Amino acid sequence: MYRVHAGGTTYTFSTLKELLAKATPPRSGDVLAGVAATSAAENVAAKMALADVPLKQFLNEAIIPYEADDVTRLIIDTHDAAAFAPISHMTVGEFRDWLLSENATPQKVSALAQGLTPEMVAAVSKIMRNQDLVLGAKKAHVITKFRNTIGIPGHMAVRLQPNHPTDDKKGIAASIVDGLMYGCGDAVIGINPASDNLTAITDLLVMMDDIISRFEIPTQSCVLTHVTTTIDAIAKGAPVDLVFQSIGGTEGVNASFGVTLAHLKEGREAALSIKRGTVGDNCMYFETGQGSALSADAHHGCDQQTIEARAYAVARQFKPLLVNTVVGFIGPEYLYNGKEIIRAGLEDHFCGKLLGLPMGCDICYTNHAEADQDDMDILLMMLGAAGVNFIMGIPGADDIMLNYQSTSFHDALYVREALGLKRAPEFEAWLSRIGVTDTSGHLAPHAPGNPLLTHAQALAA
Amino acid sequence: MTEDPWANLKRFTDARIGLGRSGSAMPTREVLNFALSHAMARDAVTTPIDWTPIEKGLSNLGLSTLRIASAASDRSEYLRRPDLGRRLSDVSREALVRASEVEGSAKPDLVILVGDGLSSLGVAANTLAYMSAFMPYVVKAGWKLSPVLLADDARVALGDEAGEILGGKAVLVLIGERPGLSSPDSLGVYLTFSPRIGIKDADRNCISNIRQRGLSYDEGTFKTAWLLREAFRRGLTGVNLKDDSQFLIEGQPGPELIG
Repeated sequence: MYRVHAGGTTYTFSTLKELLAKATPPRSGDVLAGVAATSAAENVAAKMALADVPLKQFLNEAIIPYEADDVTRLIIDTHDAAAFAPISHMTVGEFRDWLLSENATPQKVSALAQGLTPEMVAAVSKIMRNQDLVLGAKKAHVITKFRNTIGIPGHMAVRLQPNHPTDDKKGIAASIVDGLMYGCGDAVIGINPASDNLTAITDLLVMMDDIISRFEIPTQSCVLTHVTTTIDAIAKGAPVDLVFQSIGGTEGVNASFGVTLAHLKEGREAALSIKRGTVGDNCMYFETGQGSALSADAHHGCDQQTIEARAYAVARQFKPLLVNTVVGFIGPEYLYNGKEIIRAGLEDHFCGKLLGLPMGCDICYTNHAEADQDDMDILLMMLGAAGVNFIMGIPGADDIMLNYQSTSFHDALYVREALGLKRAPEFEAWLSRIGVTDTSGHLAPHAPGNPLLTHAQALAA
Repeated sequence: MTEDPWANLKRFTDARIGLGRSGSAMPTREVLNFALSHAMARDAVTTPIDWTPIEKGLSNLGLSTLRIASAASDRSEYLRRPDLGRRLSDVSREALVRASEVEGSAKPDLVILVGDGLSSLGVAANTLAYMSAFMPYVVKAGWKLSPVLLADDARVALGDEAGEILGGKAVLVLIGERPGLSSPDSLGVYLTFSPRIGIKDADRNCISNIRQRGLSYDEGTFKTAWLLREAFRRGLTGVNLKDDSQFLIEGQPGPELIG
């Protein structure tokens, strides 16, 4: 039982699960689930009660029973008590104060990762303002490598997302050229395929491998299909760089995606076996998003942000190159408007980073949400300041296959110019070498000798 | 402003490539084009549907209609509470119970429900053309129809409760699809055999992107009629039916299935 006296009223919360849910900043998905605070005052009272909870309590009270859920078992069984020791005496509120203090250096914060549980970081995020989520996340440095180096402070990568509604190869190639000419694609060139047919998937993998090999691009490709399909593709000799999978924070939501922890382990081992990384072997790409567990009816009465943080406990077992929270894709019944999307994007980035993950964000919205590009500009700017590892780059911000809006190649240029963020160093050097950028990383005037331009002319012929 | 010399690649994709740039920013015309597309998609979501012309058009096809509504009280609640969009309002439930009592024991083969869904524009633009193309299949097969239900603030599953009350063997839901920036006016069609509350989405078949620049009315209604015949023959809809209809997508219907 958790109890607090606030504003002349005594509030009680029977479990940690209930306390976490009621302390969550307002969002439509928690109302839909029936777990949200019922008044603004109860929401703040829950934050006050949560701030006084010792971090140790999170190791004693599971929000989803150990016996009932393999993600809970993963969290408890892999907790590193030694890494936890420096903060083990703190409450949630004291942890926030420490995290934002000068004492919490990037080295100290980054060293905590394996000692933190998802529920601890979710809890502290709930009592933080948006600006706290920026500065807190900025202290957690997570660097990953495959054919380039992603996550160095002061750098930000971009996933080039060249989707096409019928997987038309010329259409996809046209978007890839467009993105590369705008200096995007260092995180990954990643296609959401319209088809899940193995032959079609393999064709796309070969096509991207051809482009990467022909122009010697220091980056990696990915077709975002089910992990079992990618395992089949590897077995048939397809050129797979990264293994993709959508994941969630409970066993049930993962089951709804048709995936188990064993599948993920098998996928990673398959990708490692073909040794296609050159500077590192982080070969997994995960996508997540608040609301997926409720959508799958697998949320166990928890709030959606805490469940999302638990998805990161799954991700970190498999040493991913990239983890992407697709924050506004799910729709207004989970995140209603720009304010809720911005808040959720900052929370997810913060929680993932503290847990040691290479967090990126698909800064996005659907047309039935109360949001527009101005809201995305705010989240982009704040995530850029927070040290986000990567964002999406989509032609004109308009995904014609998935029917939603994200960030454009131009948006990436904007945030680089506004905040001075650089690309992955290997990729930046390549862009300069072929003449897309000048030596300072700015787009150069189009030069006739640029091999990508020659390629574009050949495509069009 | 800097032009992109690869703008001729635009003919391979509707993606917004080769836009050019003003410094790091999109050129003015592209910012405004994007804003217009988004405005049209937003309007498709928020504009209440005007059923009057659809009622008239359906009447010309010899179809009677009945207006109903979901339990969502307004558009904002509809967007936040998909569960309410899947259940009838009390008034509409009573109206359907009365309608079913009038029909007596002659239950319909097919209940057709037209719902605004997430695009009133998609419903207004495509419903009559789709139904005109579909009616010859209904007549030929001799399927008995209930009055066409015109539903405000509807989700696909609203057809489950409505179809159950009317005792339909199957329910066909025509609904405005979530608008994309380049396709604000799409109609989706969902077929569910033996409709009842609580049925799973995996037990439906869906035909998507029906609109003037998408899947044609002829193709859409051909697929609908094929699915419906198979649903009645095999007594099911959903993933098990979808596999068998695969060859339709490749344009090679078996001769016994035409017409």
